[in-house]
Amino acid sequence: MAASIFAAVPRAPPVAVFKLTADFREDGDSRKVNLGVGAYRTDEGQPWVLPVVRKVEQLIAGDGSLNHEYLPILGLPEFRANASRIALGDDSPAIAQKRVGSVQGLGGTGALRIGAEFLRRWYNGNNNTATPVYVSSPTWENHNSVFMDAGFKDIRTYRYWDAAKRGLDLQGLLDDMEKAPEFSIFILHACAHNPTGTDPTPDQWKQIAAVMKRRCLFPFFDSAYQGFASGSLDKDAWAVRYFVSEGFELFCAQSFSKNFGLYNERVGNLSVVGKDEDNVQRVLSQMEKIVRTTWSNPPSQGARIVATTLTSPQLFAEWKDNVKTMADRVLLMRSELRSRLESLGTPGTWNHITDQIGMFSFTGLNPKQVEYMIKEKHIYLMASGRINMCGLTTKNLDYVAKSIHEAVTKIQ
Amino acid sequence: MGPPDPILGVTEAFKRDTNSKKMNLGVGAYRDDNGKPYVLNCVRKAEAMIAAKKMDKEYLPIAGLADFTRASAELALGENSEAFKSGRYVTVQGISGTGSLRVGANFLQRFFKFSRDVYLPKPSWGNHTPIFRDAGLQLQAYRYYDPKTCSLDFNGAMEDISKIPEKSIILLHACAHNPTGVDPRQEQWKELASVVKKRNLLAYFDMAYQGFASGDINRDAWALRHFIEQGIDVVLSQSYAKNMGLYGERAGAFTVICRDAEEAKRVESQLKILIRPMYSNPPMNGARIASLILNTPELRKE
Repeated sequence: MAASIFAAVPRAPPVAVFKLTADFREDGDSRKVNLGVGAYRTDEGQPWVLPVVRKVEQLIAGDGSLNHEYLPILGLPEFRANASRIALGDDSPAIAQKRVGSVQGLGGTGALRIGAEFLRRWYNGNNNTATPVYVSSPTWENHNSVFMDAGFKDIRTYRYWDAAKRGLDLQGLLDDMEKAPEFSIFILHACAHNPTGTDPTPDQWKQIAAVMKRRCLFPFFDSAYQGFASGSLDKDAWAVRYFVSEGFELFCAQSFSKNFGLYNERVGNLSVVGKDEDNVQRVLSQMEKIVRTTWSNPPSQGARIVATTLTSPQLFAEWKDNVKTMADRVLLMRSELRSRLESLGTPGTWNHITDQIGMFSFTGLNPKQVEYMIKEKHIYLMASGRINMCGLTTKNLDYVAKSIHEAVTKIQ
Repeated sequence: MGPPDPILGVTEAFKRDTNSKKMNLGVGAYRDDNGKPYVLNCVRKAEAMIAAKKMDKEYLPIAGLADFTRASAELALGENSEAFKSGRYVTVQGISGTGSLRVGANFLQRFFKFSRDVYLPKPSWGNHTPIFRDAGLQLQAYRYYDPKTCSLDFNGAMEDISKIPEKSIILLHACAHNPTGVDPRQEQWKELASVVKKRNLLAYFDMAYQGFASGDINRDAWALRHFIEQGIDVVLSQSYAKNMGLYGERAGAFTVICRDAEEAKRVESQLKILIRPMYSNPPMNGARIASLILNTPELRKE
């Protein structure tokens, strides 16, 4: 029999963050803690479907007029418009000037991919796969793959995390932007940088914007944690809105996975800000073509939930409250972990735990220490030292703090 | 400025039309005798059952809901199929038919090094061409529809297929050919299979109407199953948009029939590498509904 046509297909390595969770599941130790994948957990360590989401789902289920018909290619209109309004602000001049377009995407990833595919085809020339794409060092690992699979050949990093001082390497970042070829694309984390949890201050954002404007660099924001980072939707959108007010044309990929807890419904939105309405319309028409050959039209359930919530003042208020609940718990876990480490006298400084923002913290643990945490203490975290604060609970805080203390003191 | 989509653009134009006599005979979605969308009873029941369980919304695995993909494979291949029982297949959840076709096309572009050519029947669904093109493959055609007789140009198809370079990819509509509605009879399928096998082609089945075409799940999957039994290399895209009326929920699946379970694991690992930078993991709602229907005997019967 002839060899299989798939004989040469190599076994791909599993995606690290999911492998971590798989290993965690198989671990029989009762003390185990999962500080890996980025999903919110309650203080009981359980997933949390937002109360407002349950309420809206009942409304949708009870609405006999709703069916399962196809959405338009670009998505549910009420979802798209309101999602962009959330990102850019109720009083956004860009929206008023009709120079904002929106594309419903499958989660933040889907929104990123549509934006990436569009840029590869139509930005900086036609099908210019050589346009450099810059991602932060470090960044969410999937950023690289999204832009690579969209066809870009030159993906570079810009300096971001300063391991020595455990903070933002602003000088390095600005320097890399100065040296970047004109029209390079820069992936910026709108807030709650993944994985470091370290965001530029407003003043630092202003400096970044100034360089980008002068060098004609394209800002592509990834906004996966709006509201979740600080508890305030407006505060978390400050950077995006500032760039818009500075006259940039930009993309912003939004995810509603975390701030709405709608992970598996795949709700995302790509906001497109252009110079004028005509430009935006033409861009959308081309994005429609890209969507049509990728998934034809997006799933309706999650978009309906978000649209219903955002268009009702009462539900919107409830949602903001739910978001604040999550953000507050994360802030509490941050301060609790830090104070325990400081009480234990764990070598090093630990203010970065509370200085950092959002779901993740870059602990500063090195790979050997991480291995110790996993193998000896059954505490699962990424090799980079990234932990998901949501994995901490009042019950496991002591154990985790003590384990970090051991790892830092025993392993160098 | 891009032109409106040839198919979905018709519906948009229909919506804008203010004439009271307007009719939409464009987009492919079921309408009842009052011209209204129809939500299947079993879908409503499944939705009620799901709502009662108050499940969480945690991310699905990249390859999708396991109960759904397994049931999807069984529906297509048949529970007694050797390929299904031996586990020598991989099925991943896709974004309805389009998403499944696209993942498959990307996979072949990356790993099927024997050819860049996909042969489509003349005519085929309008979106096939841009899907394969965007995936980086080239499009060719084989005769299929005879406009003079409004039926299958069987001799033309056999002649064209017998000339396709070996190890190319041939796309076949499993049943209810879109747009012609013309399907080969079983004896004709047997001969088509024979020439596809002789030319050593990879058969890419697009099955968007299983059960919807003849009313019989097994009859609609006969050609697919026959090709697999003949030892032809087969990949398959399924859609639950029409046969379960789940259009906007985007429930679908992509399947690769492999030599053995080990190969299936290798192929699956690469499919996941393709899916993750597209949309990370698939939407739950449609797959949950479809899975509940397929796996619950009373609902499945309905």
